[in-house]
Amino acid sequence: MATNAHTEAPGGAHKGPFPPFNAETFASQLVWLAIIFVALYLLAARVALPRVASILESRRDRIAGDLAEAQRLKTESDEALATYEKSLADARSRAQTLANQMREQQNAQAEAARKALEQSLNAKLAEAEKFITVTKAAAMGSVRGIAADTAGAIVARMIGSPPRAAAVEAAVDDVLKG
Amino acid sequence: MGDPIHQFEIKKFFTLGHLGPYEIAFTNSALFMLIAFAIVALLMLVPTRQRALVPGRLQSIAELSYEFIASTIRSSAGNEGMRFFPLVFSLFMFILVVNLLGLLPYAFTVTSHIIVTVALALLVFFTVVIYGFYKHGLRFLRLFVPSGIPIYILPLVTAIEVMSFLSRPISHSVRLFANMLAGHITLKVFAGFVTMLGGAGILGWFGAVLPLGLTVALTALELLVAVLQAYVFAILTCIYLNDALHPGH
Repeated sequence: MATNAHTEAPGGAHKGPFPPFNAETFASQLVWLAIIFVALYLLAARVALPRVASILESRRDRIAGDLAEAQRLKTESDEALATYEKSLADARSRAQTLANQMREQQNAQAEAARKALEQSLNAKLAEAEKFITVTKAAAMGSVRGIAADTAGAIVARMIGSPPRAAAVEAAVDDVLKG
Repeated sequence: MGDPIHQFEIKKFFTLGHLGPYEIAFTNSALFMLIAFAIVALLMLVPTRQRALVPGRLQSIAELSYEFIASTIRSSAGNEGMRFFPLVFSLFMFILVVNLLGLLPYAFTVTSHIIVTVALALLVFFTVVIYGFYKHGLRFLRLFVPSGIPIYILPLVTAIEVMSFLSRPISHSVRLFANMLAGHITLKVFAGFVTMLGGAGILGWFGAVLPLGLTVALTALELLVAVLQAYVFAILTCIYLNDALHPGH
């Protein structure tokens, strides 16, 4: 073919018309285009695109499902943590209560023991005081007898004869009263 | 130097029969359409067979192409546009694979023939028109009557809208066709310079370096154009479908 073919008008020196405008080939091209394109369309619409769509959808579902599962597990662990913290707080407050109770009980016991001891001491004190009073009274009674005897003896020695017992006792009583 | 038009010739392998006066043949064009179909089918079906939760490389490509087209439709035609997902997906994948196949040496570029791009553009055009009237009835015609326009220029605007609507399949198809045709001719011409200069002795070898570099650069550019034109065709399809879905401006 001539080396200057590209400078010529399409279809000029070429054998037959410019190929893209050669109407003889149109029918064949159209028929084949129709066949191939319909086949391609059916392939895309019926098989290929639904398949890719299902792949993409299942992936999207899987990701969404995994995220939801992760969220659920997180909520669960959060709940478990809250429960744990609550039971920990409960245990702590229970321990506090027990300790308080124990302390109060011991305080009460100690108080009671102290009171019992005080009471018994008071009782003993009172008994001792009563004993002292009784002993003192008895001693005082003895003092009167001794004083009367002594006064009688002294008077007898001074006057030579024992005085009348009643007079001596009256005199002693008089002194003791004074 | 080779004929830059030669690559666009339809070569008949065998005749299948006649449809009225028209001969139906299995040609290189049909062969490359079949190869493109096979590639798309293999890409979409084989790697996705496992339905792996964590995709491999090829499954990623299949998923990426799905999500790419889906997001393109959603952004330009809304969620209702997803009913045309198989159509847009088929158009994009077909044009993309056919364009890329055409870049291989000795390969035939199906989209360098205007009849193919016109057929695809008319498919979109009639889909828009038929679905628009089916969905909205005569209210679909409101597409040509923009709201908020003063009444005295409304006839003019409506006439322009109708004209632009009717010229859509032309621009839609010629854009793809012309890009593929011009790109392949340019590539062939520059590659032809390399062989021509290379045959002209030692001085020609040095002269051939420039067109060789240009051919390499143009190949990269054509790779971009092949992908870009498939995308442009798809996104224009989405925009046109959006008119069928939401005719009110």
